[in-house]
Amino acid sequence: MLNFLRRLIERGPSWPRLLDCGDRALTVEFGNAVDPELNQRVRALDHALKGIPGIVETIPTFRSLFIEYDPFTISRDQLSKLITARLNQPEANARGNEKIIDIPVCYGGEFGPDLADVAANAGLSEAEVIERHSRNNYPIYMLGFMPGFAYLGGLDPQLNTPRLKTPRQEIPAGSVGIAGMQTGIYPLKSPGGWRLIGRTPVKVYDPSSPNPFLYAAGDVIRFRPIDAAEYRRMEALP
Amino acid sequence: MKIINPGPLTTIQDAGRHGYMAMGFPVSGAADPIAYRIANMLLGNDPGAAVLEITLGGLSAIFEEHTVIAFTGADMAPTVNGKAVPLYTSREVHPGDKLSTSFAATGCRAYLAIGGGIDAPIVMGSRSVNHKCGIGSKLAADDHVTVLPGAPFRARRATVPEYDHTVRVIRGPQADCFTKDGMKTFLNSEYAVTPFSDRMGCRFLGKTVSTVGSADIISDGIPLGGIQIASDGQPIIMLADRQTTGGYAKIATVITADLPKVAQLRPGDKVRFRAVSLGEALNLWKEQLKLGVIDESIQ
Repeated sequence: MLNFLRRLIERGPSWPRLLDCGDRALTVEFGNAVDPELNQRVRALDHALKGIPGIVETIPTFRSLFIEYDPFTISRDQLSKLITARLNQPEANARGNEKIIDIPVCYGGEFGPDLADVAANAGLSEAEVIERHSRNNYPIYMLGFMPGFAYLGGLDPQLNTPRLKTPRQEIPAGSVGIAGMQTGIYPLKSPGGWRLIGRTPVKVYDPSSPNPFLYAAGDVIRFRPIDAAEYRRMEALP
Repeated sequence: MKIINPGPLTTIQDAGRHGYMAMGFPVSGAADPIAYRIANMLLGNDPGAAVLEITLGGLSAIFEEHTVIAFTGADMAPTVNGKAVPLYTSREVHPGDKLSTSFAATGCRAYLAIGGGIDAPIVMGSRSVNHKCGIGSKLAADDHVTVLPGAPFRARRATVPEYDHTVRVIRGPQADCFTKDGMKTFLNSEYAVTPFSDRMGCRFLGKTVSTVGSADIISDGIPLGGIQIASDGQPIIMLADRQTTGGYAKIATVITADLPKVAQLRPGDKVRFRAVSLGEALNLWKEQLKLGVIDESIQ
């Protein structure tokens, strides 16, 4: 009996599950991991729900789909039934053309004030953190948090570092950071709690451009270490 | 209208930039949706017309055309040519009329609707300013605010919505991340608004809310009114300019009917959170949507 209870507790929640986000939104959660297969299921459900009256807007994220709805057009119960029905349908595969995006990064110093903390946390030297961070390919799972902010998979597990206890009031645009098992680039000046390890001189989001985004979900990012001189040179480019 | 003094923060806002959250675009729009809605109703404007959102007061301006105006939201004791303009009423103004506002006696954000709605560039379906995302900027002295053609003047008034400091919430998507004591603390103690609050989030300081493990989650979607608990154990209510996704656990979500209260909080205000059911939340929302205007020219 005790073993049975222990197994029940250890199994935790069963997925997919619906989580209410107030009186006009809910999240469909597929699991609790950053995982390409989970992410694929999120995007497939998002695709399957397109055009349903009462669904106002969706945000596909790593392992869940956020759905804003109009409860006076579609009730929470109706929406829940509809989601369950869609989840039981064979899944559509929604993969686009993948691009590889080169992001030059000047690591450490004034551009990466938390590089030393990340290194200490990982038990590595700063040079080893740079080497490991720029070695991997990072698939873009989702955009979010701010315009053009790409959430990336593929971080070396040893670089896993918790967020800052209190978020910074202002982080400069182009900052490259780590938060837990996530790494990413700040497209805009913003407050935030990520550990900053470097900065890119490339503008990853430009609202004045007809195509304001450098990349999209499904693309792959590669970080390339550059020195401060090259950073300054690239920054000066139009 | 020509701006003489914009005050600390006056921006053009409408019903928000919807449909781009998946690209990471904040929705923006008027922080207090009910004050915004009534302001436009008082003038017979389109429900999505752009208005001025004035933060804490200090706006003064000169009208350059014959038009109609209405003030709602925070009470900044607005005057035209030195004469008081009652809130939640419509009135006419003429070229050369001087508008002034004082520091808000209560509340944080006032809405100034102008007949026809304010004209401004439409970026992705909305005129709302979001300076942080590179869309527009706050008003500055000598700016000219232009309006679209509006309906003729009618004397209208509306009931002033109630703004108390009890914020009703629904259990959040990551409520399980918090200990029983943490949830009790959250629902049974007082939280004070800090000066670091803005249109992105209203930040509080009070008793620390304890978590089961870490308060970090794999980033997911953030609803309007979502209440994050950062790693320091303090609540932040996410508002109109909030980021679309984030990695702090969300203990609760403010019900739609109480979003106006949160938008009107200012540093030092103290609130209490109270849990309600989804059904109660929807009933309260429906009731609030009944708030309308009375056309005095008919009576």
